[in-house]
This record gives sequence, structure tokens and C-alpha cells, in this order.
Amino acid sequence: MDNITATIQVVPLNHYILLSAIIFTIGVIGVLIRRNAIIIFMSVELMLNAVNLLLTAFSAYSGDASGQVFVFFIMALAAAEVAVGLAIIVMVYRNTNSIDINVLNRLKW
Amino acid sequence: MIDLVWLIPLFPFIGFLICGLGRNVLPKALLGGIASLAVIVSFAVSLGIFLQFDAKTAAVVNLFDWINVGTINIPFAFQIDQLSILMLLIITGIGSLIHIYSTAYMSHDAGFGKFFSYLNLFVFFMLLLVLGENYIIMFIGWEGVGLCSYLLIGFWYTNGEYADAAKKAFIMNRIGDLGFLIGVFVIIATFGSSSFSAVFPQAQALVSGDTTLTLITILLFIGATGKSAQLPLFTWLPDAMAGPTPVSALIHAATMVTAGIYMIARSNILFSLSPVTMSIIAVVGLATAIIAAIIALTQTDIKKVLAYSTVSQLGYMFLGLGVGAYTGAFFHVLTHAFFKALLFLGAGSVIHAMSNEQDMRNMGGLRKKLPTTFITMLAGTIAISGLPPFAGFFSKDEILAHVFEHNVVLWVIGVLGALLTAFYMFRMMFLTFWGSFRGTEEQKHHLHESPAAMTVPLIVLAILSVVGGFIGVPEALHGSHWLANYLSPIFEASNSRLGELSLSHATEYALMAVSVVGVIIAIAIAYVKYVKNGHVPLADSEARPALAKLSYHKFYFDEFYAALITKPLDALSGFFYKTVDKSGIDGIVNGVSKAPVEASKGFRLLQTGNVGFYIFAMVIGIVAVLAYSFFKF
Repeated sequence: MDNITATIQVVPLNHYILLSAIIFTIGVIGVLIRRNAIIIFMSVELMLNAVNLLLTAFSAYSGDASGQVFVFFIMALAAAEVAVGLAIIVMVYRNTNSIDINVLNRLKW
Repeated sequence: MIDLVWLIPLFPFIGFLICGLGRNVLPKALLGGIASLAVIVSFAVSLGIFLQFDAKTAAVVNLFDWINVGTINIPFAFQIDQLSILMLLIITGIGSLIHIYSTAYMSHDAGFGKFFSYLNLFVFFMLLLVLGENYIIMFIGWEGVGLCSYLLIGFWYTNGEYADAAKKAFIMNRIGDLGFLIGVFVIIATFGSSSFSAVFPQAQALVSGDTTLTLITILLFIGATGKSAQLPLFTWLPDAMAGPTPVSALIHAATMVTAGIYMIARSNILFSLSPVTMSIIAVVGLATAIIAAIIALTQTDIKKVLAYSTVSQLGYMFLGLGVGAYTGAFFHVLTHAFFKALLFLGAGSVIHAMSNEQDMRNMGGLRKKLPTTFITMLAGTIAISGLPPFAGFFSKDEILAHVFEHNVVLWVIGVLGALLTAFYMFRMMFLTFWGSFRGTEEQKHHLHESPAAMTVPLIVLAILSVVGGFIGVPEALHGSHWLANYLSPIFEASNSRLGELSLSHATEYALMAVSVVGVIIAIAIAYVKYVKNGHVPLADSEARPALAKLSYHKFYFDEFYAALITKPLDALSGFFYKTVDKSGIDGIVNGVSKAPVEASKGFRLLQTGNVGFYIFAMVIGIVAVLAYSFFKF
């Protein structure tokens, strides 16, 4: 454990924050500008993993392992979410023959 | 026997249920038979009680506890005493005759079963009214007869005018009922009970002219003016002619209108202790008697004449009550029940023969064609005019003698009214039965005497009208006045307070002579005018002299009420309907629902259905929330 912590601490914390921010931003932009549902889904995963990365970094730097435990939970949750999300997308595709989210415009007043 | 008193109202009620439920199923003969039988059996039970009852105090038959709240206990109990027994006999006796008569009179009507069920219900409620041991039971009957009069007056409800007459009767009655109800409340508040046996002894302990008593009696009298058609609430009774003729006979003679008299006679001790109310009653009664008599002078509808004569006679009864002649007033109720039922049924027979013609201008010379009807109606007319020895003479004379002792001016007006009565009643007889026939050829061809079911009740009533007065022959005429003795337990307390009649026999003879001579002169004038000179009332379109016009148009009472009450109320309800309800209340309610709809019209455009836009909005939202939480701290 000390080893991993030490390894993580080789890189300065600022770099982790910066990298996480960049990945998160890529995820957000991906969600905002792409129309392909799968791409959007992947972007969401990107955001989640950015957060995971940051959590791990902070955990190592503060010497508290609970942050890393959180990460495991998030990963497990993300897996479940993917299962549900992909199922939805499959159903959307079956019904509309498309996974373009602009086709899904009936959800309104 | 007395314990079986509950059978009396039960039979008509069962009759009502059978006729009401089986009106479309059972044959007409059976319906009429059951309804008539129900009342006849009631009459038999009443007769049995009458023969058996000789106690000086009232017998109370307690059926069950009805209302028992706090200190107030209102049992469902019947009271048997001389007053209620006589009323029972009138109601069931005359009622049976009217039922029998109706089986023939209504035989061609589609609503035969319905008619008899209403008739039985009417009798049931009237019996409840007179049997009640307290004011609350009386009130049930009081309201019930109001309801039944509404149903029966509007029996031919497809005619709008008749339906209006029914509503008018109901509303006018309601006004009076309110007075009665408040009066009963005040009685309960004052005496802590509504039972006669509890209220009257307590009232006797009060001083004469007690304010609360005056209030109570005035309120009760307001109730009586509605039910018994006195000024100012009398206009419903003439309109009540809209109902079938037997109904008129039932309402005018045996039931309904006598309720007010009965109620006051029942509460006589309360009234005897309120001299102010007594004066009001006397004046109102006399005014009603005179005004109705004047109106009757020019009416051309045979039933309207009789209707106004009822109002007028009721006025006499109230005059009698007002001067403390309780026995006299009740005597007049009794004799009036005989001859007014007779006259109405006779008029019904005439109308039946004339193919539903009611206008006397189209009648005439009917005495040859309708001999039984003619003879019986003549007996009734003489009785109501007050010629000895017919029934009306004794009762009217007794009232007028008391009035004379009380106040000579009232007596003069009262006698004048009696003369008018004789005049218009004989005018009706002469126009209907003398002269030559004035109707159409078709009517003339159709003229016939009524069947036995109609003439037999007429004959019975005619006999009663002739001999009915002998139950109350005054001492001056060497009679024993059986009625006064019989009723003495009821009026004992009042009579001891008000004092007995103290006129000398000579004065009484003089009074009788004056009224009898006056009546004969009035009849002679009517004879000269309508038989010798063959005068026929003018057609509606022709101009009348001012006074006749006033009388013909019933003193414009209806128009007056319309202008004073109906029109302003109409305007007020129009205002409430259009302004307050439609614009005001509906406006607020609709406004509350409209405002969000209008407001959301702009906002709902945000929901485009575009998922990309939703995500964008979500991100913006998250950023906004984060930014807020950052800058907040």
C-alpha cells in the first residue's frame, strides 16, 4: 500500500487535478455536442473516470484509503449503469432504427 | 279503543302506499276502493273513540320516544280529547265522502291512482296534525298538508298556470310556516317543552299580556294566516282552484284551512292571555271576511266564488277566535265543513255535467237537468247564508253574538259581510240554476245528472248542512248547546278568564232578527237582479264601473304583491345571478385556473422534446448550482 501511495505521489497533485479537469471537460463537451447516444454514453463514463482519478489522487495525498474504496463503489455502479443505459439504447435503436438523440424529440408538452 | 288511536292515521298511510306503488298496476276500481276504504275505516275507528271517550282530561297515547336530546324530550305521542275527536270526525267523515265522490269524478283521469295516493297522504298528514300531542308532531302534519296541497293543486302539472298555482300555495304556506316554527321554538325556549300538557298549565300561571306570550301568539297566528288563508297570505287559496274539484273540497272543508283554526283553538289559553294578539286576530279576520266577500261578488268562475267564500268564512272563524268565541269558531269550522264540502262537490258535479266548463256566464237553467245537485246545493247555500234552521245560522250567529258583546262596530261590519255572503252565494245559485242555458249546443246535449257515487255524498252532506246546526243550539233558542258542553274541558281555562256570553235573550233575538232579515233582503236583491232582470255578468273585455273592477280584479292583491315583493326579488336575484355569481364567484374560480394556464404557455415552450437540449440545460443547471455553492461560501 505504501508503495502505491508513494508511486502516486511521484507526480505532483496539481497535475492530477489538471488531467482530471481536462478529461472531465472532454466528457462534458462530448455530452453536449455529440448526437450519437453511444458517444454521449462514453462521454459520461469519461466524466465518471475523471472523478475517479481525482478521488484516488486526493486519497493518496491525504493518506486516507477510504477515497479509493469509494472509487471501487463508483466503478461497480458505473458498470450497472452501463448495463441499464445500453439496454435503453438498444431499445431505442429497435424502435427508431437510429441512435441519434435528435430523433428522440417526443418528450415534451 | 283509545289505545288503538294510531290506527286512524295508519290506514290512510297504508292506502297511500298501496295506491302510490300500485298506481300503474292495479285496476282503477280497486285503487279507488282501497283509498276510500282506508279513510272509511279510519272514520269508523274515530267514531268508536268518539262514542267511548267521556273523560274530562285528555288521554295521551305514547307511541315511542322520538327526540330525546339534553333536557328536551319530544315523544311521538297522540292526544285524544274532545277537540281532536271532533276534528278526527270531520276529517275522516268528510274525507270519506270526498273519496267516494272522487272515484266517480276522477274516473276518466289518467292519474287516477296518483290522485288517490295523494288524497290519502293528505288525510294522513291532517290526522297527524290534529292528533299530535305536541307542537312538533303538529308541525309534521302542518308541513305535510302543505306538501300535499302542493301536489294536489298542481295535479295537472302539465298546465303551466296550474303548476304556478301549486308553487304559489306552497310558498305562501312556507311564509306562514316559518312564523309557526319560530313560535314553536319560542314556546320550547320559554316552557322547556313542546307538549300541550306541559305548556298550557305553565302558561296559565303567567299574567295576561305577558310579552313572551304575545310574541308566541303572534308568531303562531302568522302560521295560521298562511295555512288558513287570512290577510295578507290568502291569495293562494283562490288559486288553489287549479286542482281537481274534490281537492278543493278537501282543502277548503275538511283539512288544511281548518288547521290554523284548530291550532289556535288548541292553544286557546295562550291566546286568551294575549289581548293584543286577540285584537289583531279579530281585526285581520274581519278584514279578510269583508274583502273576500267583496271580491266574491263579481267573480264569474263558480269555483272562484266558492274559494272566496271560504276565505270569507275563515275570516269569520278568526273573528270568532279573536273575540274569544272559541266554541263558536269551532262550531263554524264544523258547519262550514259540511256546507263547503257540499258546495264544492256540487260545483264539481255541475262542472262535470258541463264538460269542464267553470264559467257561470255559460251556465244557467241547470235545475231541471241536475235536480239532485240543485237541491243539495241549495241546501248548502241556505246554510252558508245563515238562514235558520240550517247549520250556518247557528254557528255564524254565535260568533256574531260574541262580536256584538265585544265591539258593536265589528259586529256591524260582520253582519254586512254576512249579507254580502248571502248575496253572492245566491247570485251563484241563480246564475247557475235559474234562467236559460247559455252554453254551447254540444254542452247542452251532454248535460246529465252525475252518477250515484257523486250524488250520494252530496245528499249526505246536504242532510248534515240542514241538521248540523242542532248540535249547538243556543240557550236563547231553548237549546242545550251540546257542542259547548262537549268542548268545555278544552276551553274551560279560557272561558273562565274571558267570561261567558252575558247578552240578554232579548238582545240575542234582536241580533238574530237583524241578520236574518238582512239576509232575506240580500237574497231578494240577488233574485231581482239575476232572475227577474236576467242580469249576466259582463264579459272580460267589457268595461266595468270602478268598484266592480276593483272587486273583479281581486283588489289587485296579486299585482300588488308582484310589484312589492316578486319584482324586487326578481331584480335582486337577477343581480346575484349575473353579477355576483356569474361574474364574481365564477370569475374568481375560473381566474384561478386560467392564470396558471396562461402563465405556462410561455414556459412550456422550453420543453422542446430535443434530448440534446435537455442535456445542455442539465449541464448549465449543474454548473449554476455549483457556481452558487462556490460563491455562497
